[in-house]
Amino acid sequence: MQYLAGEIGTGLRRNVTMTVAVVVTVAISLALFGAALLIRAQAATMKDFWYDKIEISVFLCNDFDTGATCAGGAVTEEQRQAVQDTLEANPEVEEVFFETQEEAYELFRERFDDSIADNITPEQLQESLRVKLVNPEEYEGVVSAVAGLPGVAQVVDQRALLDRFFKLLNGFQVAALAIAAVQVFAAILLISNTIRVAAFSRRRETGIMRLVGASNWSIQLPFILEAAIAGLIGGVLASLVLVGFQAFFVEDILVPAFRFTAWVGWGDVWAIVPILLLTGTGIAAIASAITLRRYLRV
Amino acid sequence: MIRFDNVTKVYPKTSRAALSDLSVEVEKGEFVFLVGESGSGKSTFLRLVLREERPTSGYIQVAGKDLSRLSSWKVPHLRRQIGTVFQDFRLLPTKTVAENVAFALQVIGKSRAEIRHDVPEVLELVGLDGKEGRLPHQLSGGEQQRVAIARAFVNKPLILLADEPTGNLDPSTSVGIMKLLDRINRTGTTVLMATHDQSIVDQMRKRVVELAGGELVRDQSRGVYGYAR
Repeated sequence: MQYLAGEIGTGLRRNVTMTVAVVVTVAISLALFGAALLIRAQAATMKDFWYDKIEISVFLCNDFDTGATCAGGAVTEEQRQAVQDTLEANPEVEEVFFETQEEAYELFRERFDDSIADNITPEQLQESLRVKLVNPEEYEGVVSAVAGLPGVAQVVDQRALLDRFFKLLNGFQVAALAIAAVQVFAAILLISNTIRVAAFSRRRETGIMRLVGASNWSIQLPFILEAAIAGLIGGVLASLVLVGFQAFFVEDILVPAFRFTAWVGWGDVWAIVPILLLTGTGIAAIASAITLRRYLRV
Repeated sequence: MIRFDNVTKVYPKTSRAALSDLSVEVEKGEFVFLVGESGSGKSTFLRLVLREERPTSGYIQVAGKDLSRLSSWKVPHLRRQIGTVFQDFRLLPTKTVAENVAFALQVIGKSRAEIRHDVPEVLELVGLDGKEGRLPHQLSGGEQQRVAIARAFVNKPLILLADEPTGNLDPSTSVGIMKLLDRINRTGTTVLMATHDQSIVDQMRKRVVELAGGELVRDQSRGVYGYAR
């Protein structure tokens, strides 16, 4: 055991530059992989947060609206009722809330500066029907049911907005995974090469070990462990990057700036760290084992 | 101890056989010289005994084991019962004499206590006590070969294979090495030595097995190098 530790230490030190190259490549690929996993966790968190908060807003015509469906000026009582009936008749609709112009005005004052709010009157805002869906995924049918009705100025479905955001997140995730895959490929080639050089430079020792009757496993183990340790260090570095990212970017910048939504937390990060460590060690160990099979005569 | 039955070995991509229908048997405790010109098949013979190569055809038995039936992971165990010495000594240049001998024990998992006991004992046997801390380049050729012999013998193997052990040594040093091998043989170790050192073979009058072109041409107990007419 002590002999083994000595051999590994000598091996790592003998080939420092190559070991560093392996560590860096593995670290980069794992950092990107971790980022992709974190993005996935973020998307899941956001979906959970938003799913029961999503509504469809059906804005009804006021005096100032133009457009085909508002030809008659402000929405009439019949038109409003018609819209509400259409909505309540729809099986996908769970609940319908009505927001008057006065209520809209109060909310407006809450969100925006007084200086702006003072310039606006309740009549300039629109009444709206807020629709809660049974299944937030099934918004299209409801939207199309009311969009063209007279008295309806505009139908805003927040889900479509979020869909676009999720598509953006997904795009980032795919990009990160693609780059990570390329890096993993490079890392495997680098590990393979490093092991070949190491095996060659130690052929005297391994030759004697074979002659003297050391088991194949005990000849190969130091090389595999060397690679695994390099992979583990790469994983540790990638984890540190991930932790730093969470601490300094997500928590310090993103969360305060975008308080209206949920964000990934330390639980997600700590769940990803062991995955990175295991992947780093595993890739390195497997790549080195396969290389040894081909280049170390046992 | 070593038995070859109609063994033929043809290396891939060559037309001539390295060994051709060779049958020979070496009993336990024998001392056998394997002689012949370069290319006669001596090294191939030794490699087959070590299971570094497998025969193209024929049956080989070493230390009671059928080599064709031996699975790959059992081969190391076989090799622990065979000590090997080479013409180029094959010592590790960055390790001392004692470390070189200890290496052979470490890699097969012997405890430090066993190593501490066995290494000085065998170094004394080969006549190198006092030189444990020297590095190979600080030793003469004969001393380096003694280290190699110590390493080969430290695990008390059943068989000692020597491939031209005196090839790089001058005649008087060679005699010292042969005396050592003879002493080892008398402890019961079977010794098989490939050589084309005529004077050694003539002096020792042991069994001589001669190969030529991969075939056995002479098997003579108490033999000499050339044909004694």
